[in-house]
Formats: sequence, C-alpha cells, structure tokens
Amino acid sequence: MMPAPVTALFQSLTRQASGGRPSTQHTAGPAADAIARLGVGMIITAAIVFAVVMVLLVWPIIRGGSTSEDAPRVIDERRWEFRWIVVGGALVPMLILAGVFVFSLGIMRADGVPSSPYEVEVIGHQWWWEVRYPANGFVTANEIHIPVGRPVRIHLRSADVIHSFWVPQLQGKTDAITGQVNETWLQANRPGVYRGECAEFCGLQHAHMSFVVVADAQGDYDAWVANQVRPAAVPTDSSALMGQKVFLSQSCSYCHTVRGTPAGARVGPDLTHLASRRTLGAGALDNSRGNLAAWIENPDRLKPGTKMPPVPLDGATLQALVAYLETLR
Amino acid sequence: MSSTAERLTAIWEPPRSVYSWFATVDHKRIGMRYLVVSFFFLALGGLDAAFMRMQLARPESHLLTPEAYDQLFTMHGTTMIFWYASPMLSGFGNYLVPLMIGSRDMAFPRLNAFSFWTYLLSGMIHYIGITRGIAPHAGWFAYAPLTSSAYSPGYNTEFYTLALLFLAISTTAGAINFIATILTMRAPGMSLNRMPLMMWSTLTTSASIVMSLPALTAALVFLELDRRYGFHFYDPVRGGAPLLWQHLFWLFGHPWVYIIILPATGMVSMMLPTFSRRRIIGYDFVAMATVSTGLIGFGVWAHHMFATGIPHLAEGFFSAASMTVSIPSAVQIFAWLATLWAARRVERTTSMLFIVGFIVLFVIGGISGVMVASVPFDWQAHDTYFVVAHLHYVLIGMNLFPVIAAFYYWLPKMTGRMLDERLGRWNFWIMFIGMNITFFPMHILGLRGMPRRIYTYPGGLGWDRLNLIETWGAYLFALGVLLFIINVVRSQFSGAAAGSNPWKAAGLEWSVSSPPPPYNFVVIPTVASRDPLWDGHNEVGHPREERLLDESKETLGTSVLDAEPDRRLPMPEDTLLPLLLAVAITIVFLGLLFRSMLLGGGGLVAALLLTAGWMWPSNDREVTT
Repeated sequence: MMPAPVTALFQSLTRQASGGRPSTQHTAGPAADAIARLGVGMIITAAIVFAVVMVLLVWPIIRGGSTSEDAPRVIDERRWEFRWIVVGGALVPMLILAGVFVFSLGIMRADGVPSSPYEVEVIGHQWWWEVRYPANGFVTANEIHIPVGRPVRIHLRSADVIHSFWVPQLQGKTDAITGQVNETWLQANRPGVYRGECAEFCGLQHAHMSFVVVADAQGDYDAWVANQVRPAAVPTDSSALMGQKVFLSQSCSYCHTVRGTPAGARVGPDLTHLASRRTLGAGALDNSRGNLAAWIENPDRLKPGTKMPPVPLDGATLQALVAYLETLR
Repeated sequence: MSSTAERLTAIWEPPRSVYSWFATVDHKRIGMRYLVVSFFFLALGGLDAAFMRMQLARPESHLLTPEAYDQLFTMHGTTMIFWYASPMLSGFGNYLVPLMIGSRDMAFPRLNAFSFWTYLLSGMIHYIGITRGIAPHAGWFAYAPLTSSAYSPGYNTEFYTLALLFLAISTTAGAINFIATILTMRAPGMSLNRMPLMMWSTLTTSASIVMSLPALTAALVFLELDRRYGFHFYDPVRGGAPLLWQHLFWLFGHPWVYIIILPATGMVSMMLPTFSRRRIIGYDFVAMATVSTGLIGFGVWAHHMFATGIPHLAEGFFSAASMTVSIPSAVQIFAWLATLWAARRVERTTSMLFIVGFIVLFVIGGISGVMVASVPFDWQAHDTYFVVAHLHYVLIGMNLFPVIAAFYYWLPKMTGRMLDERLGRWNFWIMFIGMNITFFPMHILGLRGMPRRIYTYPGGLGWDRLNLIETWGAYLFALGVLLFIINVVRSQFSGAAAGSNPWKAAGLEWSVSSPPPPYNFVVIPTVASRDPLWDGHNEVGHPREERLLDESKETLGTSVLDAEPDRRLPMPEDTLLPLLLAVAITIVFLGLLFRSMLLGGGGLVAALLLTAGWMWPSNDREVTT
C-alpha cells in the first residue's frame, strides 16, 4: 500500500534493535499490520497538510511589506472568504477527513473477531493477568502461548478494577472491564515473543502489569499445551520435597494453586508450571532463582503495593521452597 | 465632562482599605485576582510535572514511590484543567468583557466576587491532601471502580470529589454571569453581529459550561453516594455499571476541552487583526465556527472509549463526529491565515509570535486529534504517550500560548506598563522550543508502545533516550515560563508607559486610559461597527441621560439582539456577603470531607442565612427605569 522506502523510513523512526520491543510499527500480525499501514498513511497526509499550512502561515509573517501606517489593502472580502475559508478551511479538510474516515471504517470492519477453535480467557487482576485455556482445562499467568498463523479469540474480564489488554505488535487494545466480558483476538504471523501491557491506569503497580505473548510453531505450541495440562510432578530430591512441605504448610497455599497438590486457592497466580514462565510479578523481574527467593522474602520491596505479603522464612527453608518451585516446569 | 468624571470617581472609586480588599465587587480587581491565582495554580501544576519528568528521565528510577507519582500526575491533571485553564480565561473575561462591550461592570458583580472566592477556596481544599501525602491518586479522570471505597479507601479521592463539586458552583455562577453580561449589557449599537469575536467564544463557552457541568456534578454525587452510603451506581456486582462513570465524565469532559480553548481562540481573533492592521476576514464564519464547535463538542465524548467494547456502529458515529469537529477549527485557522495574507505587513510583536506559535501547535494538535479520532488507530494510540503528546499540544498550544500572547497584549491595559519586547522574544523562543522538545517525542514513544500513567519503565524497550530528552525539554520550557514571570515583574518597575492604545487596536477597551478608571467609561459609548476605534465613528452631541448615569452607581442595560438601551442597571456597593457565603460553603465541604455533622450543619445554616441576607429585598434598589 505504501511505497516501501517510505514505510522503511517510518519504521526506522520507531526502530527496534532486537525483538520483544512493543512497537506499534514493527508489527507481526494482520490486525496490527493494517493499523500500522493506516498510521503511516495518516502521518504522510498529516505531514503534507502541516507543510502547506506552515507555508501559508509563515510567509505573510516574514515577507515584510510596507509600513503599518498605510490604510488597509482594498480587497474583495467575499471572494477571499470563499477561497480561503469555504474552500481552504472547509471543503479541502472535509475531503481529507472523508478519506481518513473511509479507510478507518474499512479497517474497523475487517477487524471483527474471527471464529476460531483457539480460545483463551484473560482476567485482569491488580497487578497480574490470569490466563485460562478452557478447552484444555489449565490456568496460567502473565504468559499466553498461541500457535503461529492462527487467530486466537480472547475473552477479557476483570477481577477488580478496569485494565486494558494490549499487545502492540499484534493488536490494538481492548479494556477488561469489571462486570463485563469483552472480546478481541490475536494472530501472529511469525514465531516470537511479544510484549503486552496493561494500558488502563489500574492503581499503584499499573507500571508492572506486563505479560508476554509467545507465538509458537504448531508443534511447539502443542507440546507447550501438553505440558501445561499435566499436574505438577512430585518432587524427587529431598530439598524439593521439603520445599513442597513448606509450600503446603506456610501461607503460600492460601492464595496459590499447584495442581496435583492440595493447594488450590485462586487469589494469586496458578503456580503449577511457574518455572516454565519467563518473568515474576507480571514482568517485574526475570524468573531466576535469586529473584524468586528475593520475591518470596519481600515482594513489596520489588513491587511496592503488590497484594502478596512477605513470607518470613529462614535461609534453609527459603532455599528448599525455591528448589521446589524450580521443579514446577 | 470632567465634572462627570469627578462625580463618577466619587461614586465608583473604592476606598483603599482592608475592608474594601475583601469586599470588592469590581470586575477589574476580581479579574486580576483570577489571573494571579490561576497563574499560581499553573506554577503548582508545573511543579507536579517537573517531579514527574525527573522520575521518568531514566528507566527503573526510584526517586518517587508509585504512590507519590500517582498523586502527582493526578494533581497535575486536575490542577491544570480545572484550577488553571478555565479560571485563567475567566480572569481575562472578567477583566475584559465589560470593557469590550462598553459596560461599567459585570451583570452580577457580587456573584462575580462569590465565584472568585469559591474558586480560590475550592483550590485550597483540593491541595490540602498533598501536604499530608493523601492527595487524590486515581487520575483526573478518576475511573470507577478504582475510585470506589474498596480500591481507594481513605481521604484521597474525597479531596478530588468534594473540591470539584465545590468548584462547579464557582464555574456555573461565573458562566451565568458572562451570559447575562454579554446578552444584556452591550453598548448601544453593538448588535449581536457586531460583538467582538471574543464575546462569541465567551458566550459559547459559558453556555457549554452550564450544559456540561451537571453531568460531572451528577457523576461526582453518584460516586460519593457509592463511597459513603453503600449505593452502587458504579458497582457491577449489584447491577451498577463502571462505564456509567465514563459516559458521564466524558459527556462533561469533552465539551470542557472546548471550554478551555474557545475563549483563547476568541482572544486570538481579537489580537491577530490588530497586528495585521485590518479587520478579520470571515467574521461570520469565525463566529459560527465558534458556536458550532461548542455544539458538536457535545457529540464526541465516546471517542475516549473506543477500547471499552462499545458497538462498532457507535464507534463509527463518534469517530465521524470527532472528525467533523475539526472542520470549524480549520475554518478559524483559515480565517486567520486569510487575514494575515490580506495584511500589508504583519507586526512581529511578542504577542504575534505567541499567536504564530499557537497556530503551529494548534495544527499539530489538531492533526493528531484527527488521527486518534480514527477508531482503529486509536485502538493502538489510546492510553499511550501519543495521546499525552496530542493533549499537551492542544492544551498548551491552544490555551497557554494564547494566554501568554494575551498577557503581552492586554497586561499594558491592566497595569499601564508595557512588557519588554526583547525579553519577550527570548520568552517565546525558549517556550516554543522547550514545548516541542518535551512533547513531540511523546508521539514516537506512544507509537513505540509506551503506556500512559506508569511511574517507571524498564530500560531497553526503545524508550530511554526520548524520555531523557523530554525531561530536558521540560526544564527548558519551565525556564521560558520563568522568563515570562520576570518580564511581568520587571515591567511593573521599569516598563514603558502604555498609553490608552499602544497597539492601535480597534476594540472599545482601548478607548479608555490604561489602567482604566474604576467606572470604565465616562459615558457609555455608542457603537456603529465591529471595529469601533477604526471606523471613524464619532460621538456627536451631548450624550443622553441614559448614557451618562452619573447620579448613582449604575450602568446601562440594552436589548439582546440589537442592543437598544432599555433600562438602567443599579450596581451594588462593596459587600462582604460573597466572601462570607464562600467561607460558609467551604465549612460545609470541610464538614463533608471530615464527616463532621457539626461543621457541615453549622456551615449549611450559615450559608442559608447569608443567602437570605443577600436576597433580602431592599426598597432603594430599583431594577427598571
């Protein structure tokens, strides 16, 4: 649609050195592609309009002219009104706007939620995302896997205040509104990890409410689903076994689920396959052993305001708990 | 004639006393106070923003806690939108409207004083919270249910709700006053189609205020009922709807955008022809564009809600309406451009520079506005820094730049002293460059996926460098504003004398001395065209009694359409009633805030008694001749 060099120039403006940057211009799916093209078209139109108006504005200011003591020029005001105001101020803008409107409407109509066998429920919480795969019967958090090249329907809800679900490289945003189910869809045309964010201010940790969409080739996707469906494996080494006891006897199980154990609470994220996820605290930290220990010890220090309370444990117990959590692959 | 002036001085001149300072009902003193106080709030809001930019200069910054950041961005928004942008224009309106239409005061001078005091006191209530770290923290848009007692327990949101309800009283009273003044007190001969264009914009704005504020008031009352008394307007668990808040808020909120830019465009339509040395081209078009902007402004609110899942058909409608509203703006811009082209020469004063800057920023903000009016584009741009860029181009470009232009233009009228033109140029260029360095990169940040209202961000997402540049730009912009303050202060000591008409302008306000005498006009002038001082129209013969009005404190009332003289309007003396009533209402609101029946009830009784005293009929005040 746009000449390639122009698109390239514009993309360089929003250049990304590596993948994973949430740019709306470096898109990877049909919905975001269409909007990016619309955006480039509008920006080019805008630049032309701006340039014309600037010439019209600046020229009479800088051109100088005779002294101000002269009587005003005699002009045919009716004709000036017609040319400048009716044509320049009303008709031309109307034509441009009509064009923008028609293009926008076309993209809007094309963006209806397609039917698809792939459906995911996403529920916004202060400040993390619950992700449910109802057809497969498992729940995870802050990480959504989709098969490449297939549309995936997303049903959006909120557990508390209003959030907004946004994966800039794949699709525009849709709000997750309390007491309401909204629908959107995602499709990625190439494998990759795409950053998503909460886009509606939702309180203290709105800044740390990100997630990732992982677009896998079909085989990888099926393998991931097969793994997520499985309950947590029973730990084998002694440290992890002790950690599991800690998990079940301490406050952890009041809020979290680990399928395959008695822990079944739904307040916080489902931890059945915690170790397979990329981040902790909805993108607040990388998922590493050290971060995990620090998070459990005092989550509020790492993500002030988070609903998870600190869990005071001595060093050995904490190590055991982390060892157990690391087995949850 | 001088004996008339002496008599008028004796009648109108306020005594220099402490009592008079508190009791004044003079539109010029009140207007000046609005200007000073709203500039103070501009500085406060700017300070909030300076802290935010400091925090955002680098990724993962820990200068501010998330709570502090949330309070700062909330206070920044509410302060700028409610306690700076609109009151600043009320200040110019209060000072200038009577002078521009040839009247001696506003229609309801005591109500005018009351508006000012309630404005000041509501602003103080609004700022109590931040001194104790419990300021509002849910954004100026305060979306339910984040503001409910479950998610925002404590005082924070109460300061927002109650201060805004209180301010609405002030704003409504002020708007009614402008409507009555402009419709019934114009000088004989100033028919509606000869009014200065600023009157059209002030009238449109005031009507919009009267029609849109009730939506906000209702939204706020519902919120308080939810928070305190277990109602559930916004609680979906019991059949309420969070989106109700958004509809009510934006039904008010979008007209409000035009409320804080239209008076400014009206001021530009006054200043720009002066520096072009010719009358504006397309007066009727500009007047009609102003009115239609106000009207269409009521039909665009849901463009703030394109991501909420409302039906596509509705989105299409609001998208079309939002694009349509840019056409009257384009009409105004092209009327100004035509006027500049028709000029023999445009005088490049500081005022004119700020007007040119305003048009540049207006065009950028208008174009980005059309972009976000496109539904699919908005799905990406909504709630990102792209919108932050857009709204600051609109509000700084279309409110602050015309306001600074207006200060350079009309402050000499108000104080009798010219501002320095050399410093003015520095002032303009630093503000203009600072503004663009701060806000232009935000468009790119938004397209790169940076959401709004985040207190920090991770490094390495392509946001770091632009954020740092913006922070430096913000400091440069602040320096520009500081130069303006220096220029104003300096002018009072060493500014050149202004004389009555330093710009050789056409409006009636330039026919009186600078600063104007307390009674404004010795004789109520007559008007024969849209540009009274340029048309060579001379007052002939002795003015009739109805235009002299030198026996008591009076001004002239005229008919709505043609401004035929139809009655004498007695004007009130200084009185403490407006201040006392404002204080009583403040006590009511403090009672509500701190849940004290004693304070609330006592304040209410006092307010009712004072209102009764205010309304008490008196025999010596005849309304008609």
